[in-house]
Amino acid sequence: MGQFESIQALIDMGGHGLYVWLSYGIGLAVIAFNVVSANSANKKAEERAKKYIRRQELEG
Amino acid sequence: MSLSETSAPGWKARFKRWFHSWASPKWFYEKSARWLPWLSIPAVLLILSGLVWGLFFAPQDYQQGNSFRIFYLHVPAAFLSQSIFMMMAIAGAINLIWRIKLADMAAKHCAPIGASFAILALATGAIWGKPTWGAWWVWDARLTAMLILLFLYLGVIALYSAIDNRETAGRSTAILSLVGLVNIPIIKYSVDWWNTLHQPATFTLTEKPAMPFEMWFPALLVVLGFYLFFTWMLFKRMRAEVVEREFKAKWLQKELTQK
Repeated sequence: MGQFESIQALIDMGGHGLYVWLSYGIGLAVIAFNVVSANSANKKAEERAKKYIRRQELEG
Repeated sequence: MSLSETSAPGWKARFKRWFHSWASPKWFYEKSARWLPWLSIPAVLLILSGLVWGLFFAPQDYQQGNSFRIFYLHVPAAFLSQSIFMMMAIAGAINLIWRIKLADMAAKHCAPIGASFAILALATGAIWGKPTWGAWWVWDARLTAMLILLFLYLGVIALYSAIDNRETAGRSTAILSLVGLVNIPIIKYSVDWWNTLHQPATFTLTEKPAMPFEMWFPALLVVLGFYLFFTWMLFKRMRAEVVEREFKAKWLQKELTQK
């Protein structure tokens, strides 16, 4: 596909395969880290808030 | 209470009220819910299309071969890590001068996102350096200054968590960010001021790039995608911060229980 005649050529990247795929792997990891940590921050905050609200309702 | 507020509400007082309401956490929380998909969907599309183009369709470099494809991650990450640092410092300054909570929150959450992009820029740069220069790392001006940028980011994060009082933490890290701001022009001009191994700029946002369209355009897509992605992540984290700070407020409790 594109510049590469075969999947093998794509993986090999003319000898630079390790460098290119390692870099893109790190790129994916950085993006994933950002998404996961933002989501978990939101979840944690909402759970804390909801716990407080429930306690308020119980205490009346 | 300033002099302008003791008299009848003239335009100064009304402007101040508008300015401060615009910067209220409640306003931000309610509005940002609708903005998020406008950030996330274009971000994903731009990043994916840029990287797919760069990985599979862009021509290889006649000198560097396919290792050049690292360019499509390395340059956008470097741009973003520097831009985010500037935004963090500006938001910090706004907090220092006008005590706007939202700016304080924005500055706080710029740091981890910016640090992750700095790590990406440094890691992809080192990996790219090996086949290109034969070395994972050299202490040339640009690389060293970028490493210092990462240390500044980590310093901001560490300083914030070390201080118990939220307002003091915000102000201290704002000062650190502003002091560190001098590093940004150093990074930018390092390749002009010093004899560096790192090449001079071939891709800037202000001049025509020294490479064909099929090579630079995907990088532009990734840069734009990364900016949108950063904004998306920043707003998500800021929303979490608003909940952390304001969960006792009635308006927020209503929002949360309505979900």
